[in-house]
Amino acid sequence: MNRRFPIAGLALASIASRRTSALLTGCAVALSVLLVLGVQEMRQSARDSFASTISGTDLLVGPRTSGVNLLLYAVFRIGQPTNNLSWQSYQHFAAAPGVAWSIPLSLGDSYRGYSVVGTTDAYFRSFRYGGQRRLEFAAGQGFGDGPAAVLGAAAAETLGHRVGEEIILSHGLGGTSFLEHDSHPVRITGVLAPTGTVADRAVYVPLATLEAVHESAVPSFAAPPGDAAASSGDLSGPNGRSGPAEITAFLLGLESRIEVLRLQRRINEYAAEPLTAVIPAVALVELWSVVGVAENALLAVGVLAVLTGLVGMLVAILGTLNERRREMAILRSVGARPAQIFLLLMTEAGLLAAAGAMLGVLLKTLLLAALRSPIQTRTGILVENVLPGAADAIVVIVVTIAGLALGALPAWQAYRNSLADGMTIRL
Amino acid sequence: MADLPAEMRTPPVLAIRDLEYGWTAGRSLLDIPRLDVAAGGKLLIRGPSGSGKSTLLNLLAGILTPRAGAIRLLDSEISALSATARDRFRGEHLGVIFQLFNLLPYLSILDNVLLPCRFSRRRAERARATDGSEDAAAARLLAELGLPGAMDGPVSRLSIGQQQRVAAARALIGAPEIVIADEPTSALDEDSRAAFLQLLSTECERAGATLVMVSHERSLESLFDRVVPMSALSGGN
Repeated sequence: MNRRFPIAGLALASIASRRTSALLTGCAVALSVLLVLGVQEMRQSARDSFASTISGTDLLVGPRTSGVNLLLYAVFRIGQPTNNLSWQSYQHFAAAPGVAWSIPLSLGDSYRGYSVVGTTDAYFRSFRYGGQRRLEFAAGQGFGDGPAAVLGAAAAETLGHRVGEEIILSHGLGGTSFLEHDSHPVRITGVLAPTGTVADRAVYVPLATLEAVHESAVPSFAAPPGDAAASSGDLSGPNGRSGPAEITAFLLGLESRIEVLRLQRRINEYAAEPLTAVIPAVALVELWSVVGVAENALLAVGVLAVLTGLVGMLVAILGTLNERRREMAILRSVGARPAQIFLLLMTEAGLLAAAGAMLGVLLKTLLLAALRSPIQTRTGILVENVLPGAADAIVVIVVTIAGLALGALPAWQAYRNSLADGMTIRL
Repeated sequence: MADLPAEMRTPPVLAIRDLEYGWTAGRSLLDIPRLDVAAGGKLLIRGPSGSGKSTLLNLLAGILTPRAGAIRLLDSEISALSATARDRFRGEHLGVIFQLFNLLPYLSILDNVLLPCRFSRRRAERARATDGSEDAAAARLLAELGLPGAMDGPVSRLSIGQQQRVAAARALIGAPEIVIADEPTSALDEDSRAAFLQLLSTECERAGATLVMVSHERSLESLFDRVVPMSALSGGN
């Protein structure tokens, strides 16, 4: 027993003597803390990951739709585009003054479970994520001329493809297609380095390649005559049209961010075609405010679970108080003050709550470390930091304080008992 | 009261004057005009249960305070001290043995014996001064009380007689001036009673402690140098 802190030593010994009950109580607190921390961690990771994905883009433009919807399907590939916008509109705004770069996106297909993104080499040159980080090639390079494909890091790893291999694209969103056409094999020209964003989970092909796949797979696609052979990486088709008829959306980077609002208004008011331009950060805020309701509900459940765990601890302590009156009388007889009796029970409650909370943090850390990789491969969400941080410390402190607050009840009861009983041992 | 000449030469370790204690005014549960116990004395207060013996011990230990009158222990008028000071005084100068269940079940034998040293620095210092270390003091007391070895073991395996001896070691560690025992032998069988009291008595003599014990038993009177019936305390002893 500790010589300097008799109360702490007694509390530890007392808890150790009731280790089964203490362990169960601590586990209840730990699991509830794990729930709260897990929800918080995934919320934060999802937000960081989403924000990182689109952080370098000034404007996201699509057909007339809601900003959140556009952001979800065009950037995060959640849901499907309902309609497209014309190539002419893209060209119009890509050439607008103040536009530094533009990336067209054509979505709606998949290759073995991964989204196929029709775009141009501009994607690899200009796309920024995680602030100002550029995409880098782990192997190979961009499309160049002709049918080509560039794989995101996760797609390449999972599918086991390497640069130089040929893949066969199909039309549609299914994991396996009912229509596969040997006539449109595309050679993999590059594999991107991991980014920890949704960019890892895609197969990139030139717009023209995608067009060709569509047109040959679905003859009734209303392809203009002569356009069926447009399989060149060059956007100028043989029919003289400078690109596909339609794309899903496009990203714009401006030379100066001051221009963003002005250009956004111009796009939204564009007379030739109803378009929607959104500032990604603004749409994200809107998205989180929608998702936040569910998150907060989940968090509230977690907080209630923590309270339940702590109340369980309270019940466990209260249940032992009567049998411990003898113990209190003994402590009084050797000189313990009633205040020290109070402190003893507070210490026990605090220790149990703190140990439970710390066990919860430990469980969270272990769980994140174990699930980090599957989470990223399945959802594209990168759990940046596995190790416990300041937020975890705050949760431990708050749970401990809450445990102490609840522990004041049995402590007060024991204090009053010890005043009333004195050294008289009541059984 | 016929004080022995030796006791008259030194001031009493315990002195009660005009003590009144009771739940309601006008009817006192306890009314003790005068009681003096000399240093090193062994006093048995005898009386049936319900006669206020335990109340008297709680008053002596400073758990309760009298409605009127004064209790003087050593140089302190304990009845006039604050609650915290009384707790402190008890920890430093008193050893207490209960009837039963004296030990904390979650502490080892050694830690139970050392408990007073945790709450009183003076007791810890005196234990170190006499035996070199607190553990050595505990070991010596346990050995003298017939419980050598196995100090790290749990108290749950001890017999009641052994538990009472551990309690005696705890009451005596750090050489408190006064040892208070509340029916410490009533749970023991006939043979163990005498043996336990003999050990307790010897240890109190060795430590120079004054022993005040309450009991309803008559068979133990020969071991004490004074026996006062509870009834005789009221209205003058």
